[in-house]
Amino acid sequence: MRWLIGGAVVVAGGMVARRLLGGTDQGDGHWQRGQTRRRRPRWHMATVNRPANDVAPGGQLPEPLAGLGDAVEVQLRPAPGDRGTEIAVRLRDGSRLPVAAAARRATGRDPEQAIRAALRESKQLIETTEVLHPDYPPTTEPTPMNKPLRMATQQGRREGRL
Amino acid sequence: MKALVWEGANELAVRQVPDPQIRNDQDAIVRVRRSVTCGSDLHLLGGYIPFMERGDVLGHEFLGDIVEVGPQVRNHKVGDRVVVCSFVSCGKCWYCQQQQFSLCDNGNTIPMITENVWGSAPGGCYGYSHALGGFAGSHAEYIRVPYADQGAFTVPDEVSDERALFASDAAPTGWMGADLGGVKPGDVVAVWGAGGVGQMAARASVLLGADRVIVIDRLDNRLEMARTHLGVETLNYERQDVSGELLERSGGRGPDVCIEAVGMESHSSGPQFLYDQVKQQLRIESDRPIAAREAIYNCRKGGSVFILGVFAGLVDKFPLGAVMNKGLTLRGAQQHGQRYIPMLLERMARGELVTEHLATHTMPLDEAPRGYEMFKQKLDGCVRAVFQPTS
Repeated sequence: MRWLIGGAVVVAGGMVARRLLGGTDQGDGHWQRGQTRRRRPRWHMATVNRPANDVAPGGQLPEPLAGLGDAVEVQLRPAPGDRGTEIAVRLRDGSRLPVAAAARRATGRDPEQAIRAALRESKQLIETTEVLHPDYPPTTEPTPMNKPLRMATQQGRREGRL
Repeated sequence: MKALVWEGANELAVRQVPDPQIRNDQDAIVRVRRSVTCGSDLHLLGGYIPFMERGDVLGHEFLGDIVEVGPQVRNHKVGDRVVVCSFVSCGKCWYCQQQQFSLCDNGNTIPMITENVWGSAPGGCYGYSHALGGFAGSHAEYIRVPYADQGAFTVPDEVSDERALFASDAAPTGWMGADLGGVKPGDVVAVWGAGGVGQMAARASVLLGADRVIVIDRLDNRLEMARTHLGVETLNYERQDVSGELLERSGGRGPDVCIEAVGMESHSSGPQFLYDQVKQQLRIESDRPIAAREAIYNCRKGGSVFILGVFAGLVDKFPLGAVMNKGLTLRGAQQHGQRYIPMLLERMARGELVTEHLATHTMPLDEAPRGYEMFKQKLDGCVRAVFQPTS
């Protein structure tokens, strides 16, 4: 049965890798035309269940987003249907080669990972007043079988589709 | 503290693990009085959910006493006897405010897994793998409860531990299937699966006014339990023609609401079981949807099918044609327990909802591996095994 679990983890890992390399949801619209296929930074979006005044009182963004500084553009707009406020964030700098972006992402040094984490943490702070932490100390232990899963979960808030 | 941990596929052990700690201001620590097996644990135990780590503590359906609270916990104090919803939900995000608590935006500390696999991340769940947050489970002496004001509910004095325990998961899950499945007075309701959740869905259907409720299973002891304790009709699919009986009992229309309470390891007496079992073991499909197929096939035109059983990924031979051409409403969810638990505790206090019969075997936590073996193999009529970690 262990090899079956390992196989499933490999499949899941493959899905993550596919995303790291600019998966299906990126679309042609995110690729700049030209001699080199470069990826234009996309908008990362989260909807916070609060009015804009609560999201950025006095124009001050919550700390996780403010901490990204001038490296990012941030836009706020009301979400339709009384769903609160949409926060949109993207990198200011120009397009990047997908392989270089994937390498940075795989090593946890992709600035878009920082954007995802900042968006999720800001949303939690605004909605619930704190960022939910995982259990500690852990009850689990590292094994060769769970190494890929542990690597993936370490990026829990920095990865995903956000 | 002592806890039941997952050591690998079909390997469990009771051993010492670190005590849980308050990690957020809205946390509480609960000393577990009772914690119960759930059919969905078997998917984790068997290795069908590939997001478990050696040492993960199992268990998500429990009640106990609060022994510590964070500084932002307002509704509870040390000493409260509480039943805790199995899903971790913040109560503040848009989904929670729509009362879709298991879809909470903030309850899962590792959203990337389910975002990639399912497209979006539901909330967290205790003892339910790192896909649902990696929270330690309740088969332990103590457990951390995040967002305690949202997920922990004080148990009325007149409700026993044995009864209140099932307000954590089985009862609200079953109620949700009947409620969101749209059961109304006069309906004929069919429920696939006579385990704890299926029985609670059947009882909920009765209480919501259904005219006939028919529970389908292959285990006579569970069907007898449903007749005796819930006052419903039953069908044994190994000995009876389910399709014919359902037509006969619904005036030839088919049930108005069909509730699937079986999940990804469904059984059947027909050749489709072998087909799905082979495909599942070869990982060509992750889930066996036999009961779901039957529910869709047998539902009346324009009826409602609610999927309560836990599915993880991909199924084969899904009858989408029947869904579309019969105009069915197909819906599913993990439980939105915070929506129902206060009402269920009131019904338990009034005696309208009894659950003690589900706890067929009660034992100390040290015997939990044996309890899971009995539960998995359905030995000695086991419907649910209840552990008492601190007895």
